[in-house]
Amino acid sequence: MGSKLLLDKVHIENIRSYDVYRREGGYRSVEKAIRSMNPVAVMEEVKKSGLRGRGGAGFPTGMKWSFLAKPEGVPRYLVCNADESEPGTFKDRYLMEFIPHLLIEGLIVSSYAIGSNRTYIYIRGEFKWIIDILEQAITEAKNNGWLGKNILGSGFDCEIYVHSGAGAYICGEETALLESLEGKRGNPRIKPPFPAVRGLWDCPTVVNNVETIAAVVPIINDGGDNYAKIGTGKSTGTKLISSCGNIKKPGVYEIEMSISVEEFIYSDEYCGGIANGRRLKACIPGGSSVPILPANLLLKTAKGDSRMMTYESLADGGFQSGSMMGSGGFIVLDEDQCVVRHTYTLARFYRHESCGQCSPCREGTGWMEKILLNIENGKGKMSDIDLLWDIQRKIEGNTICPLGDAAAWPVAAAIRHFRDEFEWHITNPDDAQRRNYGLANYAEPLKVVAV
Amino acid sequence: MAEEIKKEAPANFKPDSYRVTIDNITIEVPPGTTILNAARQIGGDVTPPAMCYYSKLQGSGGKCRTCLVEVAAGSNADPRPMPKLVASCRTNVMDGMVVKNITSEKVLEARAAVVEFLLINHPLDCPICDQAGECHLQDLGYDHGKEGTRYEFRRRTFEKEDIGPYIQLHMTRCILCYRCTYVADQLTDRRVHGILDRGDQAEISTYISKAIDNDFSGNMIDVCPVGALTDRTFRFKNRVWFTRPIDAHRDCDKCCGKVTLWNRGDEVLRVTVRKDPWGEVQSYDGKPGWICNTCRFDKKHINDWVIEGPTRINRHSVISQGHYLGFKKPQETISEVMGGRHPKLMMDIHSISDVNIVDISQLPGPATSNTFEKDLNGVNIGMGTNTGEKD
Repeated sequence: MGSKLLLDKVHIENIRSYDVYRREGGYRSVEKAIRSMNPVAVMEEVKKSGLRGRGGAGFPTGMKWSFLAKPEGVPRYLVCNADESEPGTFKDRYLMEFIPHLLIEGLIVSSYAIGSNRTYIYIRGEFKWIIDILEQAITEAKNNGWLGKNILGSGFDCEIYVHSGAGAYICGEETALLESLEGKRGNPRIKPPFPAVRGLWDCPTVVNNVETIAAVVPIINDGGDNYAKIGTGKSTGTKLISSCGNIKKPGVYEIEMSISVEEFIYSDEYCGGIANGRRLKACIPGGSSVPILPANLLLKTAKGDSRMMTYESLADGGFQSGSMMGSGGFIVLDEDQCVVRHTYTLARFYRHESCGQCSPCREGTGWMEKILLNIENGKGKMSDIDLLWDIQRKIEGNTICPLGDAAAWPVAAAIRHFRDEFEWHITNPDDAQRRNYGLANYAEPLKVVAV
Repeated sequence: MAEEIKKEAPANFKPDSYRVTIDNITIEVPPGTTILNAARQIGGDVTPPAMCYYSKLQGSGGKCRTCLVEVAAGSNADPRPMPKLVASCRTNVMDGMVVKNITSEKVLEARAAVVEFLLINHPLDCPICDQAGECHLQDLGYDHGKEGTRYEFRRRTFEKEDIGPYIQLHMTRCILCYRCTYVADQLTDRRVHGILDRGDQAEISTYISKAIDNDFSGNMIDVCPVGALTDRTFRFKNRVWFTRPIDAHRDCDKCCGKVTLWNRGDEVLRVTVRKDPWGEVQSYDGKPGWICNTCRFDKKHINDWVIEGPTRINRHSVISQGHYLGFKKPQETISEVMGGRHPKLMMDIHSISDVNIVDISQLPGPATSNTFEKDLNGVNIGMGTNTGEKD
């Protein structure tokens, strides 16, 4: 049983309310930070902890905070990115819904470290009921003196506002989020300048994921060094993984980043194995936009080592034979799933969510979707596979924001690892309408090249 | 003086010009210049094409991705290459930056890809499009496009929409460069123009087809790089290469009044702003010479205007066809054909025709008989001496 830092108290009845949360030791980190630490010390503690951004890119949070420009007389903002819309990722929703005060507490400490007097939670519009929960929590915190003017007599003011999105996946990209927060159309901005220099209303801004902000609470409570002891290497601390798909126990799990993927899927403590006695075919380990991996590459890296649930190990082998930790949306596919159909579904999602600002993403995502639909419907040609490969290669890296990459990677990985399934769809169009390709050789152990 | 400053300069001294190398050509530009603008100072093939960037519209650029370049070295201080191709229109130069444009295979491939993406849903209806001949997408496709298409699906179409009495929006042709929305934002008083929907269904529109009606709305026709926004007073009247562009001006209390008239004979078919070599509106004293709708749509009589002279049209443009420009004497082949004999011709047309020796579009004013004057040796002396003022 690994240690839990974020979800350890989530089972307590009424933890959602302020009284219970406070009784269970809530808001200790605010007291500790504001009473006995200065903002620089808080930032140093987060740096020591080695906390990495939990939104997908895995950028070290302490470093991100220290990049923040600090011109005189200009306000700084902290924005919490709660626009969790990646297919397969639902960890922030769980956190906000069941233990909202943890986020509020983390936000107060982080705002103190950054010097943000006005802090925003940008939440996706579909989380309508969570907005109410958060606003309730903010009101409670404010009534008890944790928010507002002169918090704990320190002279530090902080207000938290909840802003609802309007249903666009692209607004989870930090600059599009800021545009949307300013009341404009949610188009990503061209970087540089980065938000740390010119963000919300042209002021220095830090945008952090919900889980990242929440993780600041145990870091301040227990100290950054203790946090850094959990996990392996540069993947410190615990990570929320939202696992779904063909597993016995889908849900949100908090793991220490030191267990193996195999343990995570098959142990009863976590996913509990593949449902209905099927076998594992493939898995997307970090939310829909990271590359899909076949079973053999998922459990073992190309070098033959056991693959661990860490940022480094999941990315081992690059995109040739690895994937990414991403946002922690763990989607498991069993042998009855069709990778072509699955890839088409993702392509359709990215076509629908492309903002239409830059040409490669706007036109390329639609094109890929149409080709994949053709293949799925048995109308594909062999040349379509190479065409798909070419289109994704020309989208990736040539767009303003990472949505282009996110649309290209699933297609690239599916073709890279499941090309024979695509070919089978094309050569057996009638069969492909009636049955699935099955497990094939995707679970067979890889031949490790002897060095 | 400069050396004195350098001696006293603190550690974070910033020079007043940056040296940047683009395709092995080094140029010094002031800090804050974008790579694209630095390349424009060099000119020629080194300049990346730009479909969405418009130097006179704040915030434009970065969207079309045709101006992607490779940065082989970031700066003197940090000579690492940038990992991705960058949009040259929105990336500022650094001292010692090394940029690869046409010398980079990656850039040419990415640019060809962008052109392909821009064209898969474009109707390619150039034969019936009013923009043909002055369309940036045509030029881009000519330079970087492929012969065929790999796109086998229905192209995206939209209904044509009249926005106001003067402008027609043909969204099917649009490449979503956002330039017209910036015009609506920055030139006109009330914004009624923006993007609806998203992704490949995104469209430029006025809210519920509300008519655009203000004095500078016509400029969005000029900034449109393709034929999506066209002048309803000119639609289907003529092909641009059959018209004759003339610089003219009038006193206008709303705008600078400096325009290009596109004439057929004495008939003014359309009025546009004057454009610089990059297809953008010319600036006068640092201010862009936008024109008002009165000048553009209402003053369609030649007597409304003071004619200044023919407009300079780039030799590479189809509009320059039929204009006397870049004349080259044909090679005399007849003696070769006749085995080395030199026949006595009745008349050598090229020695008689004096008109062809003068590059009329290079003249600052209208051509007069003085322009074609020759000295005793037959060398033209009139060229360039004409100041445009009548004797």
